[in-house]
This record gives sequence, C-alpha cells and structure tokens, in this order.
Amino acid sequence: MSFVSVSRRLLTLTASQSSTINRSTTVNVFSRKTLACLQSQAHRGICSSRVTQPLRSENKITVNFINRDGEKITVKGNPGDSLLDVVIDQDLDFDGFGACEGTLACSTCHVIFDEDVFKQLGPITDEEMDMLDLAYGLTDTSRLGCQICLTKALEGMTARVPDAVADIRQSDGSA
Amino acid sequence: MVLFCKIDDVNSSLVSVSVMPILVSHFNPRPKMRLLVQKSLFSIAKCTRTPTSNTVGKFNRHRGLCTSPDPHTKVCIVGGGPAGFYTAQHIVKGRPDVQVDVYERLPVPFGLVRFGVAPDHPEVKNVINTFTQTAQHERCRFLGNVTVGKDVSVEELRRAYHAVVLSYGAEGNRSMGVPGEHLSGVYSAKDFVGWYNGLPYNKELRPDLSHDTAVILGQGNVALDVARILLAPLDMLKTTDITQVALDALAGSQVRRVLIVGRRGPMQVACTIKELREMVNLPGTQPDLLTEDFHGVQEALKELARPRKRLTELMLKALQEQGARQGDRKWGFRFLRGPLEVLPTPDGTRAAAIRLALNRLEGSGEGARAVPTGEVEEVPCGIVISSIGYKSLPIDPAVPFDPRKAIVPNNMGRVQDNTGLYCSGWVKTGPTGVIATTMNNSFDTGRVVLQDLDSGAVDLTEAKPGLQGIAPLLEKRGTAARAGAYRDFS
Repeated sequence: MSFVSVSRRLLTLTASQSSTINRSTTVNVFSRKTLACLQSQAHRGICSSRVTQPLRSENKITVNFINRDGEKITVKGNPGDSLLDVVIDQDLDFDGFGACEGTLACSTCHVIFDEDVFKQLGPITDEEMDMLDLAYGLTDTSRLGCQICLTKALEGMTARVPDAVADIRQSDGSA
Repeated sequence: MVLFCKIDDVNSSLVSVSVMPILVSHFNPRPKMRLLVQKSLFSIAKCTRTPTSNTVGKFNRHRGLCTSPDPHTKVCIVGGGPAGFYTAQHIVKGRPDVQVDVYERLPVPFGLVRFGVAPDHPEVKNVINTFTQTAQHERCRFLGNVTVGKDVSVEELRRAYHAVVLSYGAEGNRSMGVPGEHLSGVYSAKDFVGWYNGLPYNKELRPDLSHDTAVILGQGNVALDVARILLAPLDMLKTTDITQVALDALAGSQVRRVLIVGRRGPMQVACTIKELREMVNLPGTQPDLLTEDFHGVQEALKELARPRKRLTELMLKALQEQGARQGDRKWGFRFLRGPLEVLPTPDGTRAAAIRLALNRLEGSGEGARAVPTGEVEEVPCGIVISSIGYKSLPIDPAVPFDPRKAIVPNNMGRVQDNTGLYCSGWVKTGPTGVIATTMNNSFDTGRVVLQDLDSGAVDLTEAKPGLQGIAPLLEKRGTAARAGAYRDFS
C-alpha cells in the first residue's frame, strides 16, 4: 500500500467517524447546549434562550480564533453557544482544550480577548476567576471559553488561545 | 493474570477484561460528555501533523504498517494515570505508525483521577472521558495489573519498545520525620484519601474518628480535601462518589474541629482558591482563624499578583466574618507552625496531642523561609493527618533517580543519558499542580518523543516486538498471584 492509499484510508476513517458525530450532535444538541448555557445564564442572565428553536444560517455569529501557532481560524456559531461549544462543534484542534467539559473545574479553555471585546463579555463569577487564577499566561483580558455565550453583539470577535508556558505553581511547590 | 483492557482485541494471547465499560458506566456520562468523547476520538483519529520528509521516508519503508494489526513504532508508557494517558494521547495522535501500550500496576486505569480526586469533585473526573477514548483507540492498549520494576524491568521494556515513557507518578509520601508519627491515630493524607476513594491498598485503614479535634499538617489542596470530607454534612457526602465504608465511618465521626497547620504564613499557603472557597462555604461550619496570624497581611496585599491576592483576600474575608457564621463544626488554618512530636496518651498506645514549633518568616513572598523562634505549643488532638506532599519513588535500579528532588532527572522529559527513555507527570516535575499542569507537562513530553522519533534520534530501523516481547515474560513470571486483588476490588 502506498503512502497515498494509506492517507486515503485515513481520510475514509475520518469521514465515517465524522458522520457518526453528526448524528450524535443531532441527538444531543439540546441537552448539551442547555447544560452549557444554564450555567452561564445562572451566572449572567444574558444568554439567548433561542437555542431550543431552529436557527437559520444568517443568525449565526462569526468567531475568529487565533490558535497556539498564531494561525487565524474563522468559524460560525449559534447564538447561545459557548465558545467551548463552538470549538467542539467545529472540531477545532486545540490540544487539551476543555478538559473538564465546561464544568468550571479546570482552566484549559482559557482564551484571551482584545480589551474592547472583553468589556462586552459581561461580569465574571468568582468561580470563573478562581479557575482563571490557575491558567497559564493569565492576562487582564482572560476568560474561560466555556463561560462565554455567543450573542449578536459579539459578531466577528477574536479569541486567542494562549500557548502553554510554565505553570505559575511550578515555582511554588512548598507546602 | 494481566488485565488486558482492549475491548475489541479478543485475539490477544492475554486475557481480555472489559474494565473500561464498567468505569464509564460508573461515572455515568451525561449526553454532553458522550458527544465530547466522540469528538475527542475524532480528533485523535485525525493525523493532523504534516509528516516531515524523514517520517515520510520511514512511512514508505514500512508502508501499510499503520493499518496492519502491528504498527511499526512501539512506544510504552509506564503508569496509567493522567500523565500516562495525556502522553499517550499526544503520541498516538501525532504519528500514524505508532502503537502505544500503557502499563499500570493497578487493575484499573486513571490513577489519581480515580483515587486522588475528591469524591465531591466529580467534574474533575470528566477528563476520564478523553482518557477512555485514548485507551479505546485502535493503536493504544491498556495493560493493568503489571508492576514495572517487579513483573518486568525497565531494561526489558526498552528492548521491546523503541521508546519508553515513565509516567508512574508519586506513590510515596513525605514523612514528617518526627517522634510519634507511627502512633495509632496518625495517618498520611495519601492513605486517608485512598481510603475514602476506595483504593484497594487502603481498604483496611479504618481511621478512628472518635475524637473532637483533627490536626492536618500541610496546607495544600489535599489537606483541604481531607478537611472538607471530615467536616462536610453527611447529606452532602451521600450525593458523592465516596465509598460506603467511608460514609459509614464518617456518619459516626466525632470530629468537630479540623486545624490545618503550615510552616509559613497566609501569603505562602499552598492551596488554591477553589478549595479555600469550598471550605469557606461549607454548610454547618465556621472558620476558626487567628487574628495574629494575619498581622501585616492587609498592607502587603497590593504587592501581590492577582491569584495570590485573591486567595489572601478570601482568607481575610473569612477571618472578618467568622464571628457571624453559625455552625457546630470548625475549621481553621494555623500558620507559622511545624511539627516537633506527636505526643502519646498516658498508656502510650495512641496520639493524644501534637507539639508544634512556632516559626517566624525570613524574607517575604513566595520564597520566604520559616525559621523556628524556639517557642513551642501543644495542641490536643486524637487524629493527626500528615499532608506534606507525595513523593516519587525509584522503580528500577537501571533508571537514574534524584533522591533529593525525588524525580527522574530529565531535560524536557528526556531522561539523562538514556536515549529512548522519557518521563512525564509528577515523576518528571515533582508532585505539584492541578490537572492542567500535568496535561501540559505530558503534552510537552509527548512532543519531545515525537521529535526524537521523527529526527532519527531514536533508531526506528530495528523492528521491535512491543507487547509480543513482553507478554511471554509476564505469563512466565506468574502475575496470576495478584489476580486476587482484582476480585477483591470488583
């Protein structure tokens, strides 16, 4: 088997798994988004409740990500989705992103915004701040992607996925 | 019997045991999680790395192997905890011709995520979904019940695999090194945590909880986990993953006060803010902090970086509000104190009190040192729990080990003077950090392994047998002796 045919095989594999995923997306979309948004709604009370209604493509919101290699990736998400939802739905390959699956138990979905976008994102809960405090490369405009819900006002926003650098606590290991 | 956890692979010469489905159902993933699991499988299956000319060459040389039942490149991981699985994930995803075998001493995977994470933190255990996908990947296998260093040596693994990654964590604990620490009533936090989480080794701990005061030495997150479990309302614990044995014991617990002792001051406390906030918000409890411990802290706040500042502010808030809180159970930090001796009861049989040396700080900030003032203090307590850190142990004399730092000496995960030998997780860095820390450090090691496989630093021209070379050794050495442990466990 040549390299080309090996690659083709892998592509086939990818395609077949992709269709499985699409099916399960249809089945699970309600419960998953409800979960992701209930959390944020409880905290912030600003998310759209439209997630339960069919969405037309013109309602989608454009989101730009800058990945760890500095590349810009432009995708679309539904209003009410969290940024973590968007990363999962669009199969964006950010290693380790969202390890706790959006339950505010880790800081792996840490993203950084420009100041003007950051100001539009609304208040931050203590619990999110607590997790952000453990994030690699924390900045004043850092947030957790699982806590950001897409709204029309955020159309075209850019979120940067920071590169993992030395953990703040590596130098603070004493008990 | 080697527990060979590969659901699809029934043709193996090893006994196939479906451990993974049991675990998955145990954690009852919600629909959302299942979706994420499938997505992460997708992500692993994609070969996103562009092969370098070198890998293409190797790929062509062994063409077809990546889809055959026996991929050419053999990598072995020692330890099936988070470090092992994150390293495996990175390597499997990064190279289409690699077979990764994860060896684990316990019959079941996931290490401290299963046996270390507090039972009331089920969200942290969501990482298991990703690990499960890695374990179920067609080029990854989990082998439970194999003790590397005993059932099989690291040298034998290195002969059978192109690369070996040590990810076996920190199974030992630092001892206090004070008289009386072997008295009845003195426990290590590691054993205590293992007990309430159902770790087979700690099943028989049976801690005596018929005392009013427990003193925990150490102020990291493990110490706060233990304090929280000791003081949490029973109704709250019932909703968690805690073992029935521990729940029954805690139902009869007399513990009403937990003091959490540290050598240094409030601004050096090692716990993270999430765990402190849980303590502050724990129903039915009130803080018991000493005003004098916080002398000068308010003034120093503005100098602190945000994480430390917020953590310190939360402690100050707890101090200010402690009089207003209602609760029949108390928790409190005791700063600037170190253990000198555990004092026995008059009959000498068990712990009755702990003698502490009072310290002062030399220097300031994270690097401040605790220096004894010469004063001592005795605190009556029937329970002493030492939570001053886990410690990696050497597993094989053939592997370099730094006894002072208790790590395998390495450069970015490459073990010194040992081409093809790597380490990740706590055995690489020492036992600190949260799950994201281990994840990043394991990905870093995975990256270094891939670099060396790609560059030819690790010689891939020689065919290696992988598990085919190890399985006969394991069977010959009768790992069957420990199959009993699995039956007990299940």
